[in-house]
Amino acid sequence: MISPRRILAIMKKELLQLRRDRMTFGMVIMIPLVQLLLFGYAINTDIRHIPAGLVDQSRTGLSRALAQMVEATQVVDFTHVYATPEEAEKALTVSEVRAVLIIPPDLLSRAVRSPSIGAAPPPATDMPAARPVAQWIVDGSDTMIAAGIRGLRGMPLGELFRKSVNTPVPTFEVALFYNPEQRSEVNIVPGLVGIILTMTMIMFTSAAIVRESERGNMEMLINTPVRPIELMVGKVIPYLLIGLVQVAIILGLGYVLFDVAVQGSLWVLFVVTLAFIGASLSLGLVLSTIAKNQLQAMQMTVFVLLPSILLSGFMFPFDGMPVPAQWLAQFLPATHFMLMIRGVVLRDAALMDMADGLIWLGAFTLVGLIVASLRFRKRLD
Amino acid sequence: MTGTVVETRGLTRRFGDKTAVDHVDLRIAPGEIYGFLGPNGSGKTTLMRMMTGLLTPSEGSATVLGTDLPGNAEPLKQAIGYMTQNFSHYRDLTVRENLGFVGNIYGVPRRDLSARIDELLVTYDLVGQADQRVGGMSGGQRQKMALAAAVLHRPKLLFLDEPTSAVDPETRRNFWEQLFDLVDEGASIIVSTHFMDEAERCHRIAILERGVKRIDGAPPALMRDLPAQVVEVTGRDMRGAKARLDPAPEVLSTAQIGARLRVLLRPDLDRPEAVVRTILGAREDVSAEQVDPNLEDVFVAATTPELAA
Ligand SMILES: Nc1ncnc2c1ncn2[C@@H]1O[C@H](COP(=O)(O)OP(=O)(O)O)[C@@H](O)[C@H]1O
Ligand SMILES: [Mg+2]
Repeated sequence: MISPRRILAIMKKELLQLRRDRMTFGMVIMIPLVQLLLFGYAINTDIRHIPAGLVDQSRTGLSRALAQMVEATQVVDFTHVYATPEEAEKALTVSEVRAVLIIPPDLLSRAVRSPSIGAAPPPATDMPAARPVAQWIVDGSDTMIAAGIRGLRGMPLGELFRKSVNTPVPTFEVALFYNPEQRSEVNIVPGLVGIILTMTMIMFTSAAIVRESERGNMEMLINTPVRPIELMVGKVIPYLLIGLVQVAIILGLGYVLFDVAVQGSLWVLFVVTLAFIGASLSLGLVLSTIAKNQLQAMQMTVFVLLPSILLSGFMFPFDGMPVPAQWLAQFLPATHFMLMIRGVVLRDAALMDMADGLIWLGAFTLVGLIVASLRFRKRLD
Repeated sequence: MTGTVVETRGLTRRFGDKTAVDHVDLRIAPGEIYGFLGPNGSGKTTLMRMMTGLLTPSEGSATVLGTDLPGNAEPLKQAIGYMTQNFSHYRDLTVRENLGFVGNIYGVPRRDLSARIDELLVTYDLVGQADQRVGGMSGGQRQKMALAAAVLHRPKLLFLDEPTSAVDPETRRNFWEQLFDLVDEGASIIVSTHFMDEAERCHRIAILERGVKRIDGAPPALMRDLPAQVVEVTGRDMRGAKARLDPAPEVLSTAQIGARLRVLLRPDLDRPEAVVRTILGAREDVSAEQVDPNLEDVFVAATTPELAA
């Protein structure tokens, strides 16, 4: 019933059109390239070099040493110096700096009582309680920056007095198994495979059916004996190949530029990626049967892309999300893929360990193809 | 075959409260070229789309090559060819690639396909354009390609929706010779047009106006049986002449064609040219003579409300 020859004819036609459409052809190559460079270099969850201000009311050798110590952590750079706390607050308001360190005039007396020096025993009752040696005022609107500064709260001050610190014994010992240096690229590069594929695959196919109508080819097409499922399969297969090319670009560049090597087997990587590309393509086809024009198809792509970026675990850990968001995320192919690709690239996960995700993606692909075929009517009314 | 390739019974299609095709009854015999003649918006395309299963009739039914519509039109697709009014093949593909695509979709036997395409390229004078992208070709060349694509799988029934709208008169003549060749090979053809000369070449035509079939039959018979007499008036000031003739009770309609005025008069008048002269008064610079009706007259008569009644 299903004619392989017709599927082949459609595939061939799609490939010819693709090859001649410079714009699309360029996007196949440029999107992964640009996105990888953009995300790879820009997304950095390690907080470094925050522009900060300094108000030194103490003006002693000690206060200068303190400021140097803080800067040595590389968390902040003191780009501005202010005379008064009021002036500093104003600078914070206009975002000249994101945080300000205020060193009080009585730095020395506070410092000697500070437990972070580790010297003084608990103070006697008649003495004023130990107070922090200095104060940070922080622009809290960016939580990442605020967290970075907050990380400085317990900074040991022993060095200030050239005295070895009695390092506290940590409550927990943490052994980092994968990504021991905690580089964010290691997590981002495989994740990017998912995001870029979601974007390009859905974008290409969501326009696939609409384009036939917009360019006026639909009336001819529905007058032929072609069956909807043949049309859908024929349109999907060329993009499977393109998706694989894009994966090769991302992972290849990821290795060259960001030193993220694939730990797992390429065969497992191939299967996992193919399953995800299939699911994205068939989702795109379903959207294509709903959209009335290419603009709508584009809008629907964005509608799927955004949750795929935000909920799939690419940006924020899946386990930290509220339960309803997790349900929604479970529906997105990108969520399953994110888990699997990171598994393969970073941890050498085996196919069997990912059976659930693979089955889910496979079912998603099949259902998508069937829904798209059923929705596709060989009629004009 | 039962003697009809297409039969429609009260076929009607409405878009909202607009009736595009209004209770059309047709019977089309095999081996003929059947023309739909009508101005733009008269429902020709809509009628064809219903007959190929692309549009569901709002009312009525049709039987096309034994397939009942509305119903599953898929078995029909392999047996018909359809050349759409607007070019609907791929502009970014070459002529040969487009024809190859069509051949594969219709399942033309693989070993015959390239020979068949070469043959069509010769027949439709497209050899020089074979490997040229369709988007860069002229409208006429595109229409020839579309015809080649429509006949590629040797359909029994061919629908051509205004196939020569973009070609010059000479190409149009060749085009029609090819249509007659196809009929000789056993195909039946349904063609829509708004050109009188094309309609005249059809074995039979139906004249459509605002979705209604006004009249149908073979063009010579339609001209012979015209329920009116035709007088052609030539001379100066035809607009003035028209203004005098139009209100006269003997005159059914007038139409100015260039410097001439064609006047349709009631069929029961003796010496109609004398009647016309009388109405125009004593004017030396005007001549009137009775002529044979042509298809244009048939069209005018069919679409004039008093006459159609
Ligand atoms: N899809 C449609 N939606 C609404 N109106 C339509 C549609 N298709 C055709 N029509 C209307 O139906 C009438 C007949 O159109 P059509 O069949 O294209 O005439 P023709 O082919 O003779 O020019 C026109 O008035 C046209 O505006
Ligand atoms: Mg039309």
